[in-house]
Amino acid sequence: MFTFTSNILKNFLSQRATRRYPFETRSPFDGARGMLLNHIEKCNLCSICAVKCPSQCITVDRKASTWECDPFACVYCGICVDACPESALYQKPEYRQVAEKREMISLKGEIKKKVKKETDNGIESE
Amino acid sequence: MSKTIIPFGPQHPVLPEPLHLKLTVEDEVVTEVIPALGFVHRGLEKLSEIRDFHQMVQVVERVCGICSVIHAMCYCHGIEEMMGIEVPPRAKFLRVIWSELHRMQSHLLWLGLFADSFGFEALFMQFWKIREKVMDISESTTGNRVIVSVNVVGGVRRDLNSEQISWILTLLKEIEQEISALKKTLLTDYTVTKRTVGKGVLTKHQAYGIGTVGPVLRGSGVVQDTRTLGYAAFNELNFEPVVESDGDCYARTKVRFRETLQSIDLIRQAMSKIPNGEINVKVKGKPQGEVVSRVEQPRGELLYYIKADGNKNLDRLRIRTPTFANIPAILTMLPGMYLSDVPVIVLSIDPCISCTER
Amino acid sequence: MKEETIPVTKETVIGETAKIKIEGYRFVTMTCVELDENQVDVIYHFDENLQLKHFRLTVSKDTLIPSISVVYQSAFLVENEIQDLFGIHFDNLFIDYRRTLYLGGETIAAPFCKFTVKRTDKSAPAAVQAET
Repeated sequence: MFTFTSNILKNFLSQRATRRYPFETRSPFDGARGMLLNHIEKCNLCSICAVKCPSQCITVDRKASTWECDPFACVYCGICVDACPESALYQKPEYRQVAEKREMISLKGEIKKKVKKETDNGIESE
Repeated sequence: MSKTIIPFGPQHPVLPEPLHLKLTVEDEVVTEVIPALGFVHRGLEKLSEIRDFHQMVQVVERVCGICSVIHAMCYCHGIEEMMGIEVPPRAKFLRVIWSELHRMQSHLLWLGLFADSFGFEALFMQFWKIREKVMDISESTTGNRVIVSVNVVGGVRRDLNSEQISWILTLLKEIEQEISALKKTLLTDYTVTKRTVGKGVLTKHQAYGIGTVGPVLRGSGVVQDTRTLGYAAFNELNFEPVVESDGDCYARTKVRFRETLQSIDLIRQAMSKIPNGEINVKVKGKPQGEVVSRVEQPRGELLYYIKADGNKNLDRLRIRTPTFANIPAILTMLPGMYLSDVPVIVLSIDPCISCTER
Repeated sequence: MKEETIPVTKETVIGETAKIKIEGYRFVTMTCVELDENQVDVIYHFDENLQLKHFRLTVSKDTLIPSISVVYQSAFLVENEIQDLFGIHFDNLFIDYRRTLYLGGETIAAPFCKFTVKRTDKSAPAAVQAET
């Protein structure tokens, strides 16, 4: 009997365990895998990310030179970030904010002619 | 006495997951149970024909929402055994640390839900408050809260530095104190004992014969813990399987409570023994052969059967999750019990329907 | 598989299972593997003291396999699963869901088979009739 009373008293006197969320937020941890973003100026459109992605959320069109990602299909595993040979892909620790509209990530890139050959060989040896 | 058939689930306040039981009731006493599944069957095993064997690691993590590390670990063990890959020792210890963290958070989640199932809301809140600290460890060390994607074939993807290790150890100390403070309430309180002692009894003989696994089997007095096989780095750690002999809901609660504390001890041991070195090896070639891989999940023994024939896609992947083996136990436990005890008894096997319906 | 695997036939599977139960083995699970258009492997997994033992039963898809749920009652769930996903029928099941455990009422196709073969009409109703 009354085994929980001391606990209740302790909770009364200590700080609250929850946050008043929208007004008070916790800063994300350093290594957290949040938003997936692409430094498109570094990107070579080699499409290794699209091949490696387990949920196949990335589509790369080399003819139209676009890089597209469906953030609703993305599972935030970070496999593409590890695989990117140009280190163009990166993840921010912050999560995506709520939005009114469904937003897709669509970026217009450029195939760098000089390095193209090297990366192409890279794909083949993968 | 006339018979009444009462449907239990698939939507039920106690069970967040869709398990349907057709209960035949005489007066207030359950006489017969027929389970029905298949409300959320996803066919993830079939996905192995489309995704290659590296991508399947992320797929099998999504079999269960609670113990993703352990699913991925079991799958990676199977593929590594097939391809003859020797994982670096540091990666083995890191796998142990993360899998034990996941066991802790899964058990804390269950202890909370179980308290909730007989209406002890305050205890539920307390356990989930502690769990949040484990989730923080998980998020800061791996990047995600639950589905952490740290395992890959050939090792792990993230490392722990000495700062993180000391931070985890201080947090573990707090967690241990807080859990121990709840021990008296969980194990001696009138509300808890009245609802759990002698409910849903499974004798040692029955539990073994039905083929139950995990805390249900150990709660009935059978000493069986797949971790004693010594996979990952468990062969270098010192531990004894937690066993209780009564076989009722109370014994299962005790097993899970003691295992939570045991996990803290195992993490400490692993952190003191962790060697330096590489965390993964490069994987070359394609898997070929047939392998059965087993690990201990929070809910019990998990079995993967993997068959590959030298392609990048697997030939067949079969996942036997622990809840799948524990559901037949409901058929033995429920008859003779009061209808009001059904939620408590069903929850005492820790049903994970998303696991069951891969 | 590195563990011991014993080949069994449709006729001996019940006897072997009963023997292994007396030896003190625990039923773990069953796996169905599609080999080609007509053949499947049904692998039975048993465990004693963390030592696995397997039975391998190679049959054609339209065989009526005797259910081991007469020996290990808990096998009914996995047998029903195989029945649903591979379209193989088991005889004398403890609880027969008649392919409604995972599937909707009147599915004929076997979702986990790469080669969907039209079943000969004889075997399918035979399994159902045996239950009713």
